[in-house]
Amino acid sequence: MYVIVAGGGKVGFHLARMLLGAGHEALIIEKDRPRYLELTEDIGESVLFGDSSDAGVLKEAGANRADVLVACMGKDEDNLVTCQMAKHLFMVARTIARVNDPTNEELLRSLGIDATINSTRLIDALIEREVDAEMLVPLFSLGAGKLEIVQTAIPDDSPVAGKPLKSVALPKDCLIISVIRGGDPLVPAADTVLQAGDGVVVLLTAGKAESLRKVFAN
Amino acid sequence: MKAVILGCGQVGSELAVRLAAAGLEVTVLDRGEDAFRQLPEDFAGTTVRGDGMDEESLKQAGIEKAQVFVAATAEDNYNLMAGQLVRAKFGVAKIIVRVYDPDKAALFAGLEIETYCPTKETATAMERMILAGGK
Repeated sequence: MYVIVAGGGKVGFHLARMLLGAGHEALIIEKDRPRYLELTEDIGESVLFGDSSDAGVLKEAGANRADVLVACMGKDEDNLVTCQMAKHLFMVARTIARVNDPTNEELLRSLGIDATINSTRLIDALIEREVDAEMLVPLFSLGAGKLEIVQTAIPDDSPVAGKPLKSVALPKDCLIISVIRGGDPLVPAADTVLQAGDGVVVLLTAGKAESLRKVFAN
Repeated sequence: MKAVILGCGQVGSELAVRLAAAGLEVTVLDRGEDAFRQLPEDFAGTTVRGDGMDEESLKQAGIEKAQVFVAATAEDNYNLMAGQLVRAKFGVAKIIVRVYDPDKAALFAGLEIETYCPTKETATAMERMILAGGK
């Protein structure tokens, strides 16, 4: 796979290094000259100097044969326009933009950016996880954050331990998609009996976490 | 008619003065610290200090009542994002975005954003001056 990484800050640099390490082809585009020179010392040939929202620079980067472009610069407008140029001029199939200001996320999605990564929300989710006594771990969000997949565990004193799924009253818009028992994921049925220590993977609409937590906790 | 102009540089301020003189209700929006010193003291419009990519600032500038929005800051990408935000969120009939990069101007014109490209217009005007006088 060929991935263009627009912006060689910390995120872009480590992303490119991971991709290269996994055997993919990756190229960073960096517009700041001193940072560009620093990057060439670290990853040599896999970095190009220039403005990634410039058509000439994208062409030089081989955007027409790129499978993915990830824009992870500090300004949302640079990420947006870089993705739009890549998508419309070079037909890059998948464009991913980092969103610095969470209020821009919906706009970027509505303008055709395939996926957005909102570091503010990710960090927020991580903090939640810390203070949450490991109750609900966010695994994935989709639909511009409207749907989430979370994992939780059934505590020893949980009111649902020993009950079949059909008699567990889940909040509206929550769906148990897997039960993890002894490290093995099961596809649950209505008569699957929950046990203390089970992991449970749940698909839910954003904002339902608190009511879901109440079902499993004592 | 109400117009919101984003960017109070030389073009933004000049356009604001002209539109206000023509009887339009004009608000200039700029995030710069002393952005509005380009405007004459007797400027008939209003000014708002704020970010053109921020919906609250745009509302404060009266975007909800505007028929015209012009993005004329020095940054192409900022102008393009602000123009697309205004088109997506507010029902403004006429949106003009200044874009220096001719490739971007051409692409976004195809994406239904009206662009004005000073680079191309200047080259065209100079070409005309040279070729018209050269024969």
